[in-house]
Amino acid sequence: MKRPHDASRRRFLKVFGTATGALVVGLPALARTPDELLGQNLFRLNLYVRIEPDGTTAIGARDPEVGQGIRTAEARILAEELDADWPRVIVEPLDLGVTNAGGEPHWTYGHQMASGSTSVPAAWNDLRNVGAAARELLLRAAAARWKTGIANLRTSHGVVIAADGRKLGYGELAEAASKLKPANAPLQPKTPAQYVLIGQDAGDVDARDIVTGRQHYAVDDWFGDALAAVVAHCPWPGGRLAHLDDTAALKVKGVEKVMTIPAPDPERALGTQQLTASVAVLASDTWTALQALAKLDVRWQPGAQTAQGDEVLADAAATAFASDPTKAVRTDGDFTEAAKRAPHKFAADYRFATAAHADLEPPNALVRVDNQQALIIAPVQNPRATFDTVRGLTGLAPDKITIQLPRAGGGFGRFLETDYVTEAVMLAKAAGKPIKLMWTRTEAFAHDTYRPFSVHKLEACADRKRTLTGWTHRIASTSRLAGREPRARWWLSEMHPDDLPAGLVGNLQYAWFALDSALPRGSYRASSHAVNAFATECFLDEVAHQLKLDALKFRLALLGEPRKLPYRGHGGPVLDTGRLSWVLQLAADAIGWSKSHPQGHGFGLACHFTFGGYVAHAVEVSMEKTRLVIHNVVCAADLGRVVNPLGARAAMVGATLDGFSTALRERITMKDGQVVQQGFKDYPLATMAQMPHDVQVILVPSQEHPTGAFDMGFPSAAPALANAIFAGTTVRVRQLPIWPELMRLL
Amino acid sequence: MMPQVPQTPPAEIVPQPVRAGIDVTINGKHFRHTGDPGLPLLWYLRDVLRLTGCKYGCDDASCGACSVLVDGKLKRACTLSMQDLAGNDIITIEGLAGSDGSLHPVQQAWIDEDAILCGYCQSGQIMAAVALLARKPKPSDADIDTIGNLCRCGSYPRIRRAIHRAADTLKGKAK
Repeated sequence: MKRPHDASRRRFLKVFGTATGALVVGLPALARTPDELLGQNLFRLNLYVRIEPDGTTAIGARDPEVGQGIRTAEARILAEELDADWPRVIVEPLDLGVTNAGGEPHWTYGHQMASGSTSVPAAWNDLRNVGAAARELLLRAAAARWKTGIANLRTSHGVVIAADGRKLGYGELAEAASKLKPANAPLQPKTPAQYVLIGQDAGDVDARDIVTGRQHYAVDDWFGDALAAVVAHCPWPGGRLAHLDDTAALKVKGVEKVMTIPAPDPERALGTQQLTASVAVLASDTWTALQALAKLDVRWQPGAQTAQGDEVLADAAATAFASDPTKAVRTDGDFTEAAKRAPHKFAADYRFATAAHADLEPPNALVRVDNQQALIIAPVQNPRATFDTVRGLTGLAPDKITIQLPRAGGGFGRFLETDYVTEAVMLAKAAGKPIKLMWTRTEAFAHDTYRPFSVHKLEACADRKRTLTGWTHRIASTSRLAGREPRARWWLSEMHPDDLPAGLVGNLQYAWFALDSALPRGSYRASSHAVNAFATECFLDEVAHQLKLDALKFRLALLGEPRKLPYRGHGGPVLDTGRLSWVLQLAADAIGWSKSHPQGHGFGLACHFTFGGYVAHAVEVSMEKTRLVIHNVVCAADLGRVVNPLGARAAMVGATLDGFSTALRERITMKDGQVVQQGFKDYPLATMAQMPHDVQVILVPSQEHPTGAFDMGFPSAAPALANAIFAGTTVRVRQLPIWPELMRLL
Repeated sequence: MMPQVPQTPPAEIVPQPVRAGIDVTINGKHFRHTGDPGLPLLWYLRDVLRLTGCKYGCDDASCGACSVLVDGKLKRACTLSMQDLAGNDIITIEGLAGSDGSLHPVQQAWIDEDAILCGYCQSGQIMAAVALLARKPKPSDADIDTIGNLCRCGSYPRIRRAIHRAADTLKGKAK
């Protein structure tokens, strides 16, 4: 793939031409003009669009592509305002945009991260202006050519059209437009009625490269002088090397070095990560390195802290619940008093296993580092964190560090971490050669940053009218912020004070209790929303069932009249109960909730507000002997304005299936302080045969600001499935994973 | 991109005798592997030939990301040694399209159904579909369920539709 032009050379240019006559609109990092011209948002940006004389329009995509379809969505947003001819658009991934501002990094492209479905909302703010600015230049170039005013001109599909029907392609105008100064007034974006691309389906821009095997992921890149590196980590998190004999390994032909990476001093920040101690083999190629790795005589010893198994943590949770919470997250009214008076009381405990990311692409990094510069090619979701890590390890000036953002084979939060990049940089520095580090599947499972284990204690009460009057949700978990943030902040990743039913029930308590474990934790798909929504939505289902109320009507009554509740977390500042009710109603209607259900089939519902998106799932299942058949699934989603419905539907289907897969059978267990699971054989991702043939996705038409579309399809999928299983079998599973517990209870 | 380290050409070129090795045909081209006979096909493709469409996902044939055709049969390249492949005809994802760049109907169906998401498993999924359609030109949903290639992103419904679409295309061509 063609590399984007070096952005730094254009730093003081707003618009320029190339030797080949192309128009480039780059929005300067440091120059002052653009924000006056194009609005505040663009001041920091250096995104560009390049129009070649032949009409080819290259659009830079700044956010990492991890399967969420961001390259396509971003290009559509910019191309819409440009009125580009989509078949002639090519999309070029941008590197991390960084310049040296007095020794400190200055981020030139604005938002560059794949996390929390934030890329599209940010792009909506920024990229429309870039497209509009480029279009305006082309209009003026045409006006000058035809000696008319731009008011007499319009654009369509990469062509400027005069009132008398004359036409000029953007390519023909590119050179002239490149010599113009941008307008000195802010530009008006299109009205939705003028959209020709936004809201229309677009296939993934990388599709052809993917189906022909030409798409390069980081793991596919190589430098001719690079050494392949594979690692074996200490099986005990925080443990260290006890014995190493590399004699046999070094005898393998093609092996260059065996190196150790020590467990870091816990007091010292190394990049942003603590590493696990490891031994690395550097060799001419991957297979040679793997063979030598198997010949290492290596023994490890555990560290001071222990990675606890679920049973130990469950006992610790029981003890914790008996005392005061680590954080009283929210207290409304007086639950204890309300429960005393209430004729209906309910209680249940839920328990969620540790889970792994299991991205198909394992952690890997190709790095070239010397005392002049660093080049990093790795699957990366948080490029700035990667940059900080590399800067911390090398001390290089900000503009000497290049972070490329190749398409990643999944992510789901694993590639927010930078441990594998840290290892590769350390090895490259020590070896004095470029390093191609790849973790094996075994290492990827044994040294993930796992979704934390948690226990949820729920209580509720209802009055004589069978209306909820009280609700408590207490969570004991091993916070993913432990070790990264001060203890007082640990609860923030585990519980959201404004998640429903807060604001709907008068007497409500949310509380969080800290559990300790040395097992590394991180973000996994929608993070704690997934497990918290499972507990909440299944317990609501239990309460409705015990009150002999229809689960849909019960939920709709609880949500009440459409209104906006304050929401302080990501996705706020408000949560619109009406939008959640509407997707719930749509999902229920589409699955035939209120119609007669086939004998033996169970129907389940769930909904959740995640990162600004409103999603409901409806699921129909039956058990055929010991086989779970998922007959029908509906996912109704209000994601604000949808940029690319084809991509958004793919994301909702994908999140639904992954929600099912993770909930049904995925579990990380510990034995003697070590992770047991070694591969897909003992961490069984769902296969095609186990998953529904289709998921009906209903996207609510909306004029609201786009929310992005990735994580929000995940949290309500699993509870809807569990509720359907209960309806079909009368077995209430209060654990993740569902399957082993269901088999035990059936 | 930083410059590569310059390579110094040898002072004189000495012709080497023909070396014994393992002869294989990959995407219609002949190769002789003279290295470790135990080298898995996966690493021969990826590290030697740089045919990186065949993906590493695991080491025990459990994920299918490295699926290839060996004499027309679907195999997982991570557990196949070069020594077992002498004389075999191997097709990888890079060998599916025509030499003029025209896509195989299965590849085109994948694009038409936008069966992509992260895309990492899709070259293996496509090889599995090609093998299935060779055995079952009009596959049922149960036939499609026999494909055990893993996808973390949840692209299975679109893969299913793409296989049905490709079957329709291939049937039309056969007429």
